Amino acid sequence: MKDYLTGNATVESVPVASSKDVVQARQVVRNLAQRGGLSLVHQTKLVTAASELARNMVVYGGGGVVRAAEVNGPQGVGVFVEFRDDGPGIRDVEQALTDGWSSGRGMGLGLSGAQRLVNEFDIQTGPDGTTVTIVKWNR
Amino acid sequence: MTDRVPVLKIGEILLVSIQIDLEDEMVLDLQEDLSQKIVSAGAKGVVIDISALEIVDSFVGRMLATIASISRMLGAETVVVGMRPAVAMTLVELGLSLQGVRTALNLERGLKLLRRLSTAHSARP
Amino acid sequence: MAPEENTQLLIETLTSHREEFLAQWGAIVGEALQGRLSVAEMRRELGELYEAILQAIAAGGLDADGEAYGETRSLLIELSRNRARQGFTPTETATSVFALKAVLEPALTGEEHGTRTYLQFAKLLDGLALLTTEAYVRTREEIIASQAEQLLELSTPVVQLWKGVVGVPLVGTLDSARTQVVMEKLLQTLVDTDSTHAIIDITGVPTVDTQVAQHLLKTVVAARMMGAQCTISGIRPQIAQTIVALGIQFGDIQTNASLADALRQAVREVAKDAEDDVRGLL
Repeated sequence: MKDYLTGNATVESVPVASSKDVVQARQVVRNLAQRGGLSLVHQTKLVTAASELARNMVVYGGGGVVRAAEVNGPQGVGVFVEFRDDGPGIRDVEQALTDGWSSGRGMGLGLSGAQRLVNEFDIQTGPDGTTVTIVKWNR
Repeated sequence: MTDRVPVLKIGEILLVSIQIDLEDEMVLDLQEDLSQKIVSAGAKGVVIDISALEIVDSFVGRMLATIASISRMLGAETVVVGMRPAVAMTLVELGLSLQGVRTALNLERGLKLLRRLSTAHSARP
Repeated sequence: MAPEENTQLLIETLTSHREEFLAQWGAIVGEALQGRLSVAEMRRELGELYEAILQAIAAGGLDADGEAYGETRSLLIELSRNRARQGFTPTETATSVFALKAVLEPALTGEEHGTRTYLQFAKLLDGLALLTTEAYVRTREEIIASQAEQLLELSTPVVQLWKGVVGVPLVGTLDSARTQVVMEKLLQTLVDTDSTHAIIDITGVPTVDTQVAQHLLKTVVAARMMGAQCTISGIRPQIAQTIVALGIQFGDIQTNASLADALRQAVREVAKDAEDDVRGLL
């Protein structure tokens, strides 16, 4: 995915280590979405996706960092969020992106559900960690 | 210690009104508290008001479904009330349909639904 | 002759004949206005443009895409935007730039090496006129987009049909953006009017494809999660055939052939609920 963070003045960063931090990350993403003028439904979808992905980081990745920023594209304004952890990585990404598949608590909708809620979704994973990036456009 | 969501008892009904952004631990605590209280209070119905919730993710969604199943097993019906339109649309997209969970537009309708269910129940031979 | 000398000739000509050229240019453009723009306004625009072009030639030569033409370009884009809104055609807008060629032609071609200078100037104006066309198209696209948005709002009236029953008659082609708006409005109306029943009438929808059917299904499921019943009415025979042929599962979703049937059923259910409530109190 395109590098949206370099030179972006609106970048906010939240370390996420516990479920308390997941709440914090949700709020940061919501504030950005509100400031960017995303419609209520788009805001709700984005924050829900962020919640799923931030929780995944805590549960499977041992915590990490969430960075979010307002971005501009050809179709107007949007919000970009990156979830980066140093965990063991996802062994089978394809499987993890399948509905109903879960290796822990949750309904197995975390990754696949989050993907459906946003416009752009990218996942890079390896033994050194996992980075998921998403963008929600206001359209 | 984390905060707990209060569970209020009104007659045979337990009322839970979620007013803050929930941490996962609070969600698990609530599930535990409700199960205990349904038994200790002999409750016949549970109303969970989520009108203040700006998002419901799969974790909270699963909690609602689990509470509905547990309470049914313990002889109480659960009604989830006040889901916001944006939340409902997001849940559909997420792929969560809350199967088996009864819902109502607002608290008043939720209470009516419980009353109707208990009337229907007691009318059975 | 070096390009600098061409530029020099051009600057001299443009400077010495400023008033004369502006008057001629204004006269040509003025003919095409037909009262849509005041003459004073038009003369002010052309005057600004003339100065900007003159300065740009002096600063950076004859490349319309060059840095020196920044001011000229923004003036032209502004002019083109205004003309688009006032209902001028792109040809009319571009012609008002081309007109300057006709003005300069006699003055330049009379000079030694003037023809070459004229051709270069003409090329510059071609580039600038092209810019107005581009800006014109962009402006029209913006206007169309904003109208589409307004149409979206207009074409989805959610109305209360009965106490506890709201309906939305869908007319025209459904795309995802529009369905999103309908869905949102319908669900919000359920909350606002405390209605337990919703009817989506698709009598006015010409075709239902897989995607539209998906959107309708999602709306029904979302309404159900909020505690309301949602019926789809007005399914014409062809559409029923298409839905079945496409293999779309409507599952346990209530459907009716006519809005009247759907409304009758909804009203009956609302009445039954009210009756049950009374019985519950006794």
